[in-house]
Order: sequence, then C-alpha cells, then structure tokens
Amino acid sequence: MTTPLNSTLNSSVTSAAALVAEPAAGRGLLRFLTCGSVDDGKSTLIGRLLHDAGLVPDDQLEQARRDSRGRVETEGDIDVSLLVDGLEAEREQGITIDVAHRFFATGRRSFIVADTPGHEQYTRNMATAASTASLAVLLADARKGLLTQTRRHAIVCSLMGIRHVVLAVNKMDLAGGDEAVFSAIARDFQSFAEPLGFRSVTAIPLSARRGDNVVHPSGAMPWYAGPTLLAHLETAEVGDERTADGPLRFLVEWVNRPDPDFRGLSGTVLSGSLAPGDAVTVWPSGRPARIARVLTFEGDVARAATGDAVTVTLEDAVDAGRGDLLSHPGDAPEVADQFAAHLLWMAEDPLMPGRSYLLRAGSRWVPATVTTLRHALNVETLEHTAAQTLELNAVGLCNLSTAAPLAFDPYTANRDTGSFILVDRYTNRTVGAGMIQHPLRRAANLHPQELAVSAAERADLKRQRPAVLWFTGLSGAGKSTVANRVERLLHALGHHTMMLDGDNVRLGLNRDLGFTDADRVENVRRVGEVAKLMTDAGLIVLCAFIAPFRAEREAVRALLPEGAFLEVFVDTPLEECVRRDPKGLYAKARSGALKNFTGVDSPYEPPIAPELRLDTAAEDADALARRVVEELRRRGIAGA
Amino acid sequence: MPTLPDDLRLLEAESIAILREVAAAFTRPVMLYSIGKDSGVLLHLARKAFHPSPIPFPLLHVDTGWKFREMIAFRDETVRRLGLRLLVHRNEDGVARGIDPIRSGSALHTRVMKTEALRQALDRHGFDAAIGGARRDEEKSRAKERVFSVRSAAHSWDPRDQRPEPWRLWNTRLAPGESVRVFPLSNWTEMDVWRYVAAERLPVVPLYFAAERPMVRRSGALIMVDDGRLPLNPGEVPEIMRVRFRTLGCYPLSGAIPSDAATVEDILAEMRASRTSERQGRLIDGDEPASMERKKREGYF
Repeated sequence: MTTPLNSTLNSSVTSAAALVAEPAAGRGLLRFLTCGSVDDGKSTLIGRLLHDAGLVPDDQLEQARRDSRGRVETEGDIDVSLLVDGLEAEREQGITIDVAHRFFATGRRSFIVADTPGHEQYTRNMATAASTASLAVLLADARKGLLTQTRRHAIVCSLMGIRHVVLAVNKMDLAGGDEAVFSAIARDFQSFAEPLGFRSVTAIPLSARRGDNVVHPSGAMPWYAGPTLLAHLETAEVGDERTADGPLRFLVEWVNRPDPDFRGLSGTVLSGSLAPGDAVTVWPSGRPARIARVLTFEGDVARAATGDAVTVTLEDAVDAGRGDLLSHPGDAPEVADQFAAHLLWMAEDPLMPGRSYLLRAGSRWVPATVTTLRHALNVETLEHTAAQTLELNAVGLCNLSTAAPLAFDPYTANRDTGSFILVDRYTNRTVGAGMIQHPLRRAANLHPQELAVSAAERADLKRQRPAVLWFTGLSGAGKSTVANRVERLLHALGHHTMMLDGDNVRLGLNRDLGFTDADRVENVRRVGEVAKLMTDAGLIVLCAFIAPFRAEREAVRALLPEGAFLEVFVDTPLEECVRRDPKGLYAKARSGALKNFTGVDSPYEPPIAPELRLDTAAEDADALARRVVEELRRRGIAGA
Repeated sequence: MPTLPDDLRLLEAESIAILREVAAAFTRPVMLYSIGKDSGVLLHLARKAFHPSPIPFPLLHVDTGWKFREMIAFRDETVRRLGLRLLVHRNEDGVARGIDPIRSGSALHTRVMKTEALRQALDRHGFDAAIGGARRDEEKSRAKERVFSVRSAAHSWDPRDQRPEPWRLWNTRLAPGESVRVFPLSNWTEMDVWRYVAAERLPVVPLYFAAERPMVRRSGALIMVDDGRLPLNPGEVPEIMRVRFRTLGCYPLSGAIPSDAATVEDILAEMRASRTSERQGRLIDGDEPASMERKKREGYF
C-alpha cells in the first residue's frame, strides 16, 4: 500500500461539519412522482427538466445524443426521454414499464423523482411510487384533455396520501399555445378532483419536448404568468412528511441479543420521540413497560426522534419482539383483528374474498382474509359500485379479518402504521396494497363465549377423536361414492359421523351461492366452519367437495387442531371422469351449456401432500374405503 | 461525535432498517464487500444497525485476481481492524481457463470472474439474501431496481416482473431455491456517499485521492500500470500523472481522472463542479447497449 491508512483517515477529517452540509438541501428533500396516461410525455418531461437545469453529465448527454439518431428530426438533437427510460424493452417499445428513480439537486432543493409508467397494466408500479411521495406531477396532453388514466392516477395519488398536485398540461405547442384549451382542462380537473381532498392543485401549461415553462419561462404563452415547473417544485410547501410531533410509534424490527444479559429492541421511531425513563406500552399485547436505555453506535442518547434507528432496552423483562409497536400510554394505537381498508389490487389473479392471504403490516406477518368487499371504486366517476372481486389495478373498500390482532393507526394519521400489503400464500407475489380506515366495532365487541362443556369432553363421551376427512377431486372422481362407504364402515364400528356433500349443502345452507371462483371460495369457507362446529360436537365429519383451490383447503385445515384435518385426494384422471360422467355434467360443460366447470373451463389445483391419495383406477370403491378406515385406525381416530 | 445533517440521518436510518430486516427475515444472509466507498459505507451502516451485537452475517469478496493491490491491502487491514468474518471467493475454473481482463476482453472476464463467480459463491454457501451497495443513481437499469430484488434459482433477474414495493413493507417471502439481492443504499447518491464518508470519517482506499501514478492511455481511458501483468503496447511508456479514481474495479478496466483532489473536501468540491458521471471510467458499462441490464439478468450484482 503506497499511502499509510492514517493519512487517509486524516485527510477526511478536515472541517467535516462544514463540508457535509449540502447547500442544495436548504429546503429539504422533496420526493415527487410524475404520472398520467401513456404518451403524455412523462419521461420526456423528466429528461427535459434534468437537461435544461444543466444536471445531465456530459458523458450521459453524449450517449443520449448517439441513441437519438433516427428518433429526432434534426441531426444532433436529443430525444430527452432517453435520459430516463433505461430498460431494453422500454427503449424498443418507447414506453415506460417500471418506476425509475432519479436524484437531482438545484441550488434551492434536492429531489427524488419517481418517473412512473402510464400504461394501465403497470398502475401498481405507479402506486408504489406514490406511496412514498409528497407531491405528484400529473400530466395531461393538451390535445386530449383528461383521460381515464389521468383520473385513475389522481385517485391513486389521493388514496396514497398525496396532498399536493401539479397538473402539467403538456404538448401546448401542439395545441397552438391556446389559453382556452389550457383553462378548460384546468377547470375540468378542478371539478373532478374536488372530492379527492388535495390541499393544492397548481396547473402549468408547458411543452416538455420544446422546454416551454419547464425550467425556462416561455415566450410562446405570454398569457401565462405563473411559475415554471422547476420554480414551483423548488418552492412548494408540502409539509413534513414524517410526523415529528405526532404520538410515539416505535417499530421493533430486530431483537438484539449479543449476550444473555442484554436484550435490546432495535427499531425505528416512526413518529414522535422517546427517552430513557418513559413509560411505554407494548402493542398488540398491551403490556406496560419503561424505557431503560436508548443506544446508538456512538453511545447512549438522551432522546430518539422521528426517523431515528436506535436500540432500546426496557427496565423489566417484558415480552416484546419483532413486529411489536411501542407507544406512550396515553396515545395508544388502534388494536383490532378486523378493520376496514382501501385495497388497491396489484395482481392478475383477482381478489377472492374469503381466501387466506398473508398480510404484512410494520414488520409483522399474519394470515388475513377479506371478509366483505363493501364496494369497488369507479375510477372515472368516483362512484361506488357493487363488486364480487377486485381485478388488477382496481380499488375497493374492504373489511378484513386477521388471524391475530394488529396495532395500527388510520392511514390518514400515519402512512407507516396505517398501511399493509397482501401476499399470495402460494406464489409469494405481492397482490394488494392496503390503507386502513378504521377498526370495525365488532372486533372490540365480539368476545368468544366460554362454553360450559369443552369439545374434548364431548368427544370423550363418544369415545372417539373428532376429525374432518376432506375428499377432494374432480367431478365424477368418486368422492361421494367412497365417502359414503367409509361412513357406513365407521357407523358399523360404532362411530358418530356426519356427511357433508357438495350438492346437499348447495340445496340448503349455500343456496345463495353460484359457481364463480369467488362463490366457490365462500362455499368451501362455510362448509369448513360447519365441519369445525361438528367436530366441536365430537363428530367425525366426512366432506365430499371438489374444493378446487389449495388455498381454501388449507384454510379449512388451519381452522382445526393439528392432526384433525385429513385431505383425501380421490385421484382420477380427467379423461376417466369425463368417460364416467355420472351426472352428465361434462357433456353439458363441453357443449357450453354449463359455465365455470372444474376441469373444463375452471381450474383444479391438486393437493401437494395429501394425507391419503386414492387411485380409483387401481382399486374399487370398497377397497379404497377400507384403506381410509385403516388410516383412521392408524392415527387413533377410529376405534381399535 | 459528528452530527449528521437531517437528510443523511434519514438515509442512514432507512438503510439500517433494511439491514435489520435482512437479518430478521432470512436464514443465511451475506454482505458483498467490494472494498470501494459504497461497500465501506454499507459496512459501517451494518456495524451501526446491530450494535452492540456484531454483524450477524459474513462478508463476501468476489475476487477476480485483478483488483488494485491497494484495494486488497485495504481489505485485509479493514478485516483485521474490525474483526470481521470475510469469505473470499475466486472462480478457479475461470483462472484455469486463463480468463483475464486483457486478452479475454472485459465482457467475458466480467461474466466469468464476477457474475459466474458470484453465483458459485452464493450457491456453495446456500445464501438466501445477498446485500450489495448498488445505488439507483449509478446507472439506468439500477434506477429501476427494487430494494429487495428476487432472483430465480438460476440467479436471473426479470426486470419486467418485479414485486411492487409500496411504503417500506418489504415482501421477503421466497420459494425454495430463490434468493434476494438487497440494496440498502438504493436512495443514496454519489454525493451522499462522499458526504457520509466525510461526516463519519470513514477510511477509504487511497486510490480515491489524487496522487502521482504510472498511467497509460487506452481507448480514451487512463489505465494505471498497477503491476507487471499489464502488457505494454509497442512504444508505450507509462507516464507519471496526477490522477484519482471515482470508482474502483479490476485495474485494467478502471479509468482514472486527472485530479488534484487529495482530501474528501477536495473530492466534494470537485464533484460539485464535475460535468461527467461517476461511471464514465468504467469500461465494462460500455460493452454493448443496455449492458448493465443484461449483466444483471445473468446474475451480476
């Protein structure tokens, strides 16, 4: 090594405090996004902003000039959108697919801008950018006015908590710089956005391609006396994004245990502040505690403020861990396992009310279900419409139920503690983004009633172990046939059983349900609840249902004690079921007379690890039934 | 104790929260350590994130065998000083095949000695999360990268099918065989990194500071003759020049800039006046159009 280490250390010490203060950050950091419909010129606008403000390095400018050949009218000109669209597919297609984050600073402020896609199919990426931004630049094409996508983005921005909007009316050069055109669009937007609760809406006429009113005021529109886009961004008052003077919310992210004598809670102060000696409450358990120390790498501190990442220790050995939230006693968050929330759906597979998803809030993961879809939001008119599911990019107001209580705040009070994501349990995809409105009263007012006789006592009386045997398989596989014979054998052995059959339940309890995916999910959910009640009564319950989705069969399994749910896969190939077609349903489905038929025009997800797999090609129904009973004996469910 | 300006304090806290998330959510995390300034900041943040515990995961250096000598010395000194667990991995198969940055060309060298080597190391140790120091301001495809970026069992990245990341609610769920690349410095800029280095008085490799060095000019770039392995063209004589490096990699592929910036203060002043981007000296970025994106699809960091 040519230079000793000490000299490098010393060289960085010179007046450190003076030089790290970034003059550009004088007004703080502004996170904003650009959004609007495809071809409204978002990437061109960001490119123009960076270019005209002199913020593009020479080598990148040169690269863009080379890439621009054939894309611009005059040789040597630059297609400024190339300064931002970075993926190959984006350049090929001339569209923006994913969010690009750009960082720049002028003499007055520093910025993080998220350049977001306009295509409806990528709305989730736009929403992602909006979730952390405090201002939105919404583009409209002067020739086209407000499009569906402009409205959709305005609504998503509003839902995501953005309170300041710039309506950038772009391509004014192609509209002859006409003031009337601009005013009409601005008025249109004002009246549309009225219910969205924006605190400020600033309309600016501009041309991103030519640079009019982006960084430099334009002579082309002498009637416009307002600020340029950059001047507005540099001075816009958007308020403090983080709630420094809000109630204390400290999120425990990691339990810090260097040795058996030290147990620290490492996390971030999401709002408010905390200090040694503070009385606090640990949520969702509600246990009281007191802060002993606040540690940082540089040593203990007297106070941790909003945004700080620290480690705290508690005076008493209180049970607290990852995912818990600390508050001051007088400023408790809401704690509930049922709440209402706006949900933005982000997946190709539609939302299934009743299906179990994984919900992440703070650093806690918990299974969750949408119990009711109260309404979907029409993103053009803001009207509430009835809906059974939410499709990709749709927004709806839902009631959710979680498997364990959560501590949260309404989203409007705190973006960090009021937000959640939903994840598909099988694909692990992020499928929904949620903003909590309020807890549901029922969560607070419903308490499970302690019963006088327990399920175990009832089972003892019957001298059997209650269980649910779930026969799943295609229509015509032989589920009911085998289940009937199993029940006869169990009955002969002196066991108390009950048989729930798809057709029979649909004639009574579930006569209100059809055969859409959403209704199938609800059908299985109800049957699962009924089967559970019957096991509480001490019965061995046989369920013969196609139950085409894994998620719902697993949800029923989760309702029951470990070992009390047996998945019996009646594995008969589709061709064989079609050949048998005992009820003539396959014939109907194939002729189109019957819609949503499993195996024909609706999917079936076979079990991955069933407790039993019955091969109906290898053995007859009696032999299969004996095998089931044998398995029940082996597991101690049926008699010796 | 230095007091950080507000914007750096918030960037620091955001990165620390991400590092803690990795430690809590994954079974076998690892932190890539490439010896440069970004790695140095990342390492410092990790020490802060877990204090008073030691960093709960090892560091991994993927060594191509062509790093500057001063980088390797700095690496070993850092490991010794901080008592770190460091794994060094080299693609021995590539070495045996005689791959080098000069005769094989930068593209092949990078694919074999960096991308393939990284995949080998991750597979060998079964790491399910690999933390890297990449920033979104470095390059266009990095600007589109997630903080928690899922890779298939084959380590490939599909830029068109990334998980949305609203708020700071990371989706850390993986299917068997999948892994994540995690980028805690996503929202930092080159300027932030240097301001942080100054504020926290972090040591960096001396190559970042201007000094007299033996240089040759190759396809418009200034290349340092770091050892006897760099073949000189007929008539080529190394010239002593006052230069420094903005980014560090394999020495035959890292272009220097003429500079008098000998302190962090000088570097900050130089950057404020600069008209070129950080990576302009990186020969590997210019291999082909969208070259970084293609490297990333194949498993490059």
